Amino acid sequence: MRGFRKAFRPLIEALRDLSPIVLVIAFFQIFVLQQPIPNLGGIAAGLLFVLLGLALFVRGLEIGMFPLGEAMAYSFAKKGSVPWLISFAFLLGFGTTIAEPALIAIAGKAANIAAQGGFIASTEKDMAAYALGLRLTVALSVGIAIVIGVIRILLGWPLPWFIIGGYLLVVGMTAIAPQEIIGIAYDSGGVTTSTITVPLVTALGVGLASSIQGRNPLLDGFGLIAFASLLPIVFVMVFGLWMAN
Amino acid sequence: MFEFVQIFIRTLLETLHDLLPIVLILGFFQFVILRGPMARPWRILRGLAYIMLGMALFLMGLEEAIFPLGELMAKQLTAPEFLFGSIAQIPEHVQWQYYGWVYAFALAIGFATTIAEPALIAIAMKAQQISGGAVSAWGLRLSVAAGVAIGVSIGCYRIITGTDLWLYIIAAYIIVMVQTLFSPKRIIPLAYDSGGVTTSTVTVPLIAALGLGLASTIPGRSPMIDGFGLVAFASVFPIMTVLAYTWIAERWTSNTRETTRR
Repeated sequence: MRGFRKAFRPLIEALRDLSPIVLVIAFFQIFVLQQPIPNLGGIAAGLLFVLLGLALFVRGLEIGMFPLGEAMAYSFAKKGSVPWLISFAFLLGFGTTIAEPALIAIAGKAANIAAQGGFIASTEKDMAAYALGLRLTVALSVGIAIVIGVIRILLGWPLPWFIIGGYLLVVGMTAIAPQEIIGIAYDSGGVTTSTITVPLVTALGVGLASSIQGRNPLLDGFGLIAFASLLPIVFVMVFGLWMAN
Repeated sequence: MFEFVQIFIRTLLETLHDLLPIVLILGFFQFVILRGPMARPWRILRGLAYIMLGMALFLMGLEEAIFPLGELMAKQLTAPEFLFGSIAQIPEHVQWQYYGWVYAFALAIGFATTIAEPALIAIAMKAQQISGGAVSAWGLRLSVAAGVAIGVSIGCYRIITGTDLWLYIIAAYIIVMVQTLFSPKRIIPLAYDSGGVTTSTVTVPLIAALGLGLASTIPGRSPMIDGFGLVAFASVFPIMTVLAYTWIAERWTSNTRETTRR
């Protein structure tokens, strides 16, 4: 009985996590829009996949991603090689962002806006170069953000000063950046942190903070994601400013 | 059935492709630089396989079941036929009050998609574990979801009224800074992080559809310019709600402690 419950626990939790979406969509479709739900069989099958997928993912986090990230952070701390740790942090941020599908989508849309607004020439080549430039800018900024975050954990600096400094930078840049780039810049901060990157980066931060003497995992381990969503905003506005001149 | 298998294999390959850079970086550092021992390597490998398979199933299911319907719904709720009865009745200047169902949908879908967001589940799990239960995973997830819900609704209001995005963001930053001063230190990093994690796999496609629907039907808005910005709202507001939640939780527990002492 206990084994049975253990095997089904992730599925039951996934069911609980997904039920709000199903309820919201059903409510609006039936009561507000007053339309039948199309392709009911297909939707039921799709929901089953979502359920299984979420349960597997969470189980995979528990036994795979979290132990791996923490073991690596521990090895880095034991090895004591700061240059390797910094290059790992940078590559992790840069490598996971440059291939991020949500970022590729946003960069393409941003190139369209820029071309329509006469910000860049509306040729295929210029738009592709602009989109790529934007992606490189964001990936670079996420890499640098993770590096700054890791250095902060190593030295034990308090997070709020960095965040408030970052906010002031964003506000200052907003005042001088071209109007067309602002919405994209703010959004690019949100899309960079994907479902795979977040657990990995969190495990790295918490692992580092737990293996260094005098660091508190709760106080010092978190905060990497916050940097990774703040710095791209600043960098994208700098990119917009640079493109405008 | 065959069609499903085909879609599944395609999604699995896409997931593998997206994960390739991470796998290469992790592999290089683990086997070339660190060469440190790894406890229970097969278990970890099995876990990573679960993650890959789980992501593929999750994405495929979302694309089959939830995204098409949610996106269609966002389009229908913002369509002039639904809001004003017919196209001919679109007023020159739309009043924000006409959009009641849009706000309700933004609120509900922002909340519901955030509860299902795997990255947030991960962060909440970790926070509960390392805080020894002092930070409740559910409390965190519910307050983040409330933040996304409020943020997306206010973001919709902004698109409808056509006010400047940066005004809202700067105001939100100021509120966050003031809250930071009055919040317990240990929750601050977690609150800042939860702003970034909310907007990924499940939430972004649906709220982007909502923003696009609004910006393309309201006269004078450009979908290209005004459609952006909802993600930004969904990333700032959770910081506020998480800080507010801990502030309230702290007051509440210290009050009950005082009462029991008396």
